[in-house]
Amino acid sequence: MNTPKILEVIDLKKHFPIRGGLFGTTQGYVYAVDGVSFHIHKGETLSLVGESGCGKSTVGKAVLRLFPLTGGQVILDGTRIDDMSAGTLRPLRRKIQVVFQDPFSSLNPRMKVRDILAEPIRNFGLARDAADLERRIGDLMDKVRLPRDAVNRWPHEFSGGQRQRIGIARALAAEPELIVCDEAVSALDVSVKAQIVNLLQDLQQELGLALLFISHDLAIVEHMTHRVAVMYLGKIVEIADKRSLFAAPRHPYTEALLSAVPVPDPTVKRERIILKGDVPSPIRPPPGCRFHTRCPYAMERCRREEPELRPDASGHLAACHLHDLPPAENPLLNHRPPTAFRAGAPA
Amino acid sequence: MSSTSLPPGLAVAEPMPDILPDRRPRRGVLGFLRRHPTILIGGTLLGIMVLIAIFAPYLWTRDPTALAPALRTRDPGPEFWFGTDMLGRDVYSRVIYGARVSLIVGFSVALLASVIGLAIGLVSGFIRLADAIIMRIMDGMMSIPPILLAIALMALTRGSVRNVIIAITIAEIPRVSRLVRGVVLSLREQPYVEAAIAAGTRTPAIMIKHILPNTLAPLTVQATYICAAAMITEAILSFIGAGTPPIIPSWGNIMAEGRALWQVKPYIVFFPAVFLSVTVLAVNLLGDGLRDAIDPRLAKRL
Repeated sequence: MNTPKILEVIDLKKHFPIRGGLFGTTQGYVYAVDGVSFHIHKGETLSLVGESGCGKSTVGKAVLRLFPLTGGQVILDGTRIDDMSAGTLRPLRRKIQVVFQDPFSSLNPRMKVRDILAEPIRNFGLARDAADLERRIGDLMDKVRLPRDAVNRWPHEFSGGQRQRIGIARALAAEPELIVCDEAVSALDVSVKAQIVNLLQDLQQELGLALLFISHDLAIVEHMTHRVAVMYLGKIVEIADKRSLFAAPRHPYTEALLSAVPVPDPTVKRERIILKGDVPSPIRPPPGCRFHTRCPYAMERCRREEPELRPDASGHLAACHLHDLPPAENPLLNHRPPTAFRAGAPA
Repeated sequence: MSSTSLPPGLAVAEPMPDILPDRRPRRGVLGFLRRHPTILIGGTLLGIMVLIAIFAPYLWTRDPTALAPALRTRDPGPEFWFGTDMLGRDVYSRVIYGARVSLIVGFSVALLASVIGLAIGLVSGFIRLADAIIMRIMDGMMSIPPILLAIALMALTRGSVRNVIIAITIAEIPRVSRLVRGVVLSLREQPYVEAAIAAGTRTPAIMIKHILPNTLAPLTVQATYICAAAMITEAILSFIGAGTPPIIPSWGNIMAEGRALWQVKPYIVFFPAVFLSVTVLAVNLLGDGLRDAIDPRLAKRL
């Protein structure tokens, strides 16, 4: 990608205080996001994957500035927004919009579709007059392939897929450059999911949108993304181009995730990596590498020292001490379970 | 479709008879009332009470405050439908007049407590610091039973319908503001509110366009319960002499005056009690029906 960066996140931290006791004092913190850095170029899709509770959605909401950050920087289109006041930030919010997971709670049940779509247009002063506002609302309905006369309906009159289209139209209404898709297709059934994924891809092509695609569904990520960032317990453990990451994961966690994706071929002999135990609590993350408690290749060093994200020769970033071993001893390079993607997935 | 083309051993089944009656769900007000009979019953009873209160001057047979010592404690009959009390006043006319007091107090308290509680709830749901202070005050007020709080407030002022309304409203506000605050806190976390923030909507507009309309449904239900509670509280205050001045024939006052003669002339207490019970029942039925129609998950809070 040679286009400029639309979003850059540097060492983002979000710790939620745990209040308790008689006087509501802070008893500790949930280290939901603990030092995350990445960037997205204009027109690019970056997928953020990881299991439930790893902090993916918190990153999305932090980038949208839906809550104050604990630390780090968020740079939107060259402007630092993490320390801006709400009033200064408001006009800049136009550039970054959001589509949520649940198509039912993401639309106000007491607002008609027209008012839902008009809200961002009015807030950012995008329409010249009432006729222009009408024209824009009609165009948005066309863009998300909904009939124009549906603008006079209430959200409850639509199906889940249609509501998600309205949610996308609302995000587009602000003419953003980046849309955060927070599990935007996870709540939809398979055929509708495919439609919405294709719609997002078409819109990206048409409008040059950048997407931060937060998902736990690797099959869809593989289908629509340019680059992938893998999160584990509030940290990014690996970032790489889609092809490089799916073909040759450089972190044991990514390897385990990929091996869990079903292979649509019964003849493939599979060696699945089953991770032991659960994700440790983000209240007391383990010392050293956060993954060492479940890593099949954990070494003594992993328990003490936290690995940094380091690139290999091709720019594939991974945070793992295994890469300091001689290549012949590195299990990630020598032990490769077949996955859905390596077994001849279309590129 | 000929049976000759079927493989041997197979037969075409007879078409199924249409066992479902051809009934379309009725739309509009009539269909709504059909599906929610409690609203129909409660609404009708309450409507009758409202009509009685409005047309009281045409319905009563005598001046409800006129004394007639010669005619005291007459039993119910063709001349005095509900009998007369120990001062010879016509109980029927007084009970009809009492509907005005009860309904005015009930409706006024429901409206005032809802509006004030809504404002307090919205503020404390949105402003952290205000929330901490307001809710501690509300906790303090809620630790006193509303009836005692109303008695205490009435003790500070002269008895009048206006003061009764103010006293009961103050006693009911904590419950409303707690409810609204809870609803606001849960609505604030809704994705559509977060989307509105991302869409550049200012906080006041979010409160008015996104939060407020979604609190109205549970608040309406709560308002009916407040209305019923206020009517009972008014009757209690009047009964113990801390409410409406005795010169105004409210249901509580009529019962208070009939109390001394309870064992010999029970009808003086009986008729206002029946009217009060029916009115409160009507309001509660209406509230239950509204709750079921609007949000079945909302638990009854009274």
